[in-house]
Amino acid sequence: MLSYIARRLAIAIPTLILVSIFVFVLQKLLPGDPALVLAGEERDPQMLEFIREKYRLNDPIIYQYVYWMKAMLQGDLGVSLRTNQPVLELIGDKLPVTIQLATMAMIIAFVIGIPTGILSAVKKGTAIDYIANIVALSGLSIPNFWLGIMLILLVSVNLGWLPASGYESPFVDLGRSLKTMIMPAFVLGTALAATLMRHTRSAMLGVLKADYVRTARAKGLNETIVIIKHAFRNALLPIVTLSALLFGELLAGAVLTEQIFTIPGFGKLIVDAVFTRDYAVVQGVVMCTAAGFILMNLIADVLYFLLNPRMRASL
Amino acid sequence: MRKKLLAALLLSASTIITPALAADLRIGLQEDPDVLDPDQSRTFVGRIVYASLCDKLVDITPDLELIPQLATGWSWSDDGLTLTMDLREGATFHDGTPFDAEAVKANIDRSQNMPESRRKSEVKSIESVSVTGPLQVQFKLKNPDATLLAQFADRSGMMLSPTATAAVGTDFGAAPVCSGPFKFVERIQQDRIVLEKFAEYWNADAIHFDKVTFLPIPDTTVRLANVRSGDLDMLERLAATDAASVKADANLQYEEAVSLGYQGITVNVNNGPKGDNPFGNDAKIRQAFSLSLDRDAINQVVFEGAFAPGNQPFPPTSPWYDKDYPIEARDVEKAKALLKEAGYDSLDVEVQVANNPVQTQMMQVVQSMAAEAGFNVKLKSMEFASLLADQSAGEYQASQVGWSGRVDPDGNIHQFMTCKGGINDSKVCIPEVDKLLDEARVSTDNAVRKAKYDEARAILIKELPIIYLYHPTWIWTLSSKLEGFTPYPDGMIRLENVKLK
Repeated sequence: MLSYIARRLAIAIPTLILVSIFVFVLQKLLPGDPALVLAGEERDPQMLEFIREKYRLNDPIIYQYVYWMKAMLQGDLGVSLRTNQPVLELIGDKLPVTIQLATMAMIIAFVIGIPTGILSAVKKGTAIDYIANIVALSGLSIPNFWLGIMLILLVSVNLGWLPASGYESPFVDLGRSLKTMIMPAFVLGTALAATLMRHTRSAMLGVLKADYVRTARAKGLNETIVIIKHAFRNALLPIVTLSALLFGELLAGAVLTEQIFTIPGFGKLIVDAVFTRDYAVVQGVVMCTAAGFILMNLIADVLYFLLNPRMRASL
Repeated sequence: MRKKLLAALLLSASTIITPALAADLRIGLQEDPDVLDPDQSRTFVGRIVYASLCDKLVDITPDLELIPQLATGWSWSDDGLTLTMDLREGATFHDGTPFDAEAVKANIDRSQNMPESRRKSEVKSIESVSVTGPLQVQFKLKNPDATLLAQFADRSGMMLSPTATAAVGTDFGAAPVCSGPFKFVERIQQDRIVLEKFAEYWNADAIHFDKVTFLPIPDTTVRLANVRSGDLDMLERLAATDAASVKADANLQYEEAVSLGYQGITVNVNNGPKGDNPFGNDAKIRQAFSLSLDRDAINQVVFEGAFAPGNQPFPPTSPWYDKDYPIEARDVEKAKALLKEAGYDSLDVEVQVANNPVQTQMMQVVQSMAAEAGFNVKLKSMEFASLLADQSAGEYQASQVGWSGRVDPDGNIHQFMTCKGGINDSKVCIPEVDKLLDEARVSTDNAVRKAKYDEARAILIKELPIIYLYHPTWIWTLSSKLEGFTPYPDGMIRLENVKLK
């Protein structure tokens, strides 16, 4: 098991190097001159030259890449060109926010998606199944930004129940933190719930046809136990993979949702950075989310082992 | 059981809703400011925060008169080469450092000499600063500079604690120390900037809030929803399309001021090979283009009439506006005739536009109006950083251009219209205009300056290197519980005398 994890981590290194090259090159291919954006409205030529020198924008791209890699290996991701703040510190600020949002969204997605998926598989072809499918389809089709604004107008402006936007750290004020996060988490969660529901349903439908389910029923087992213990546990594998990938995606930042609810997470950070050509921040965040994605994949594979005795035996 | 638990959780969550404390003020900003160091920063939105954080040597009235702030009085020598300023007694920086002549000297030195300073061009006329008394400074200038005082009403005049700048250098922005009515508490990027009242402020009696929080909320709908729900007390830059609904809401107040800036179309006249085309070469064609536009209709259609139509770098409300050249009424026939005179029945023109919905809509209106006079306008929608790069490099035929505006008229015209102007993207170069604009910046007599600007206007209105379209209006929305807010054309939020009813 450990050697498997070690092997997977070793494979991750070339992946990360590839990612780093991609980010770097793609970014340099973007039209627009960061010095022009950074110099301010006046674009003083002296200032432009100073910025190009300071951030080594005049050097060949290979050199720039090597400088960046060298610093990164020493744990230095550089400073934000826009605010002079160290990128590592920025990531440290934003990561907890994004993790909190992602976790809350996943919980909401699980709570809604999995039970409806099971229910609609068990009640296949009935009204319940159709309703669940229609709701899931709506969840997938309704754009996040629209649902977000509608929720703000209804819940915050008309009903006055929750703050319209903003963020509070759970360690400062847990109540307010949950209150500011619940709407964005709901918006993200419902969209994910729809995906989860569809996958749970199809996985369950496959499993419910299996011989061992028929056997369990024939034994006279309680239907709930058949569904939960025999069917659902076996249907879990694709759901685990999917969840890990969805969670990894959430960690990369939910750009639109964060923008609407003004959540200072990764999504907002990276979008603002791209628009201001804040190279150091874009590179740092992309590397960080790439690493997070790889990690989530690894966790999904490890969970496979824990959940599936056959795979454990194969090692 | 679980259901009960969930219900209990929800219930307890809904009871912890905390109303904002009476003496707290929460202000919604359109963007997140950049670095909070007046010498290094470059964004408009950052200046809104400075208005509460950093006092300046001088301030402006809503009518753009210069008035004392940290300087209590000033006088020019007859040759215009020496400016003597008396400084306020009893002003202190947030760290306890007293404000005095030495502090002013240190600040000018930093603006002029720190490599990262973005203020260099604003204070470059200063040859030296001498401390002529504990509370008096003398600025010796290299050449007469009428614009200097107005620069002191903005970031160049913001006084930073010399103790702090000496200690942290370029990292000043992480915890700025100034002498304004509020002092810095914390900043979480893209989330909030928190300031608290500075008890020793020289004008503390006019300040009625213990804490001010600035929250960047880029989405205009969400920003307004926050004021409606009571999460914000005030917002800046309301979308013009929301003006009607705010005015109709008894819980909200609507405040506006025509800005000092402008929006228009810059034409590549001589900026590289791309400027070599009929539109760039023949002023008559640009006149035809300008005549084909109904500026008032643009304002009505795109901005619900909330902005101010314009045809000069100064808004019609400005004392610097040249009344001899009012906005011309749309005249399609005359435009066609001019185009014909230049040898064309129809002409293709490519106009760059930033890819945001409002600007795109505005240019689409321009496109359809110009079409009637024979212009086939092709809109090239671009992301802003790319647009800026192309414009600066001369890789364009015509391009949307905007300027946030300066208190002194020089800032709206000199650098755009002189041959060597730093932001002269059209690369227009008319020696006569250069001469007039150079002369206008050295005289301290406003009547003389106005005459020079008018003379330059007479030439430029025919050349049209920039086709001015309109002047945005700053729109603030305030909760009806607030009173005492005064709108300023510089778009700043001055909290003196603002209080809860």
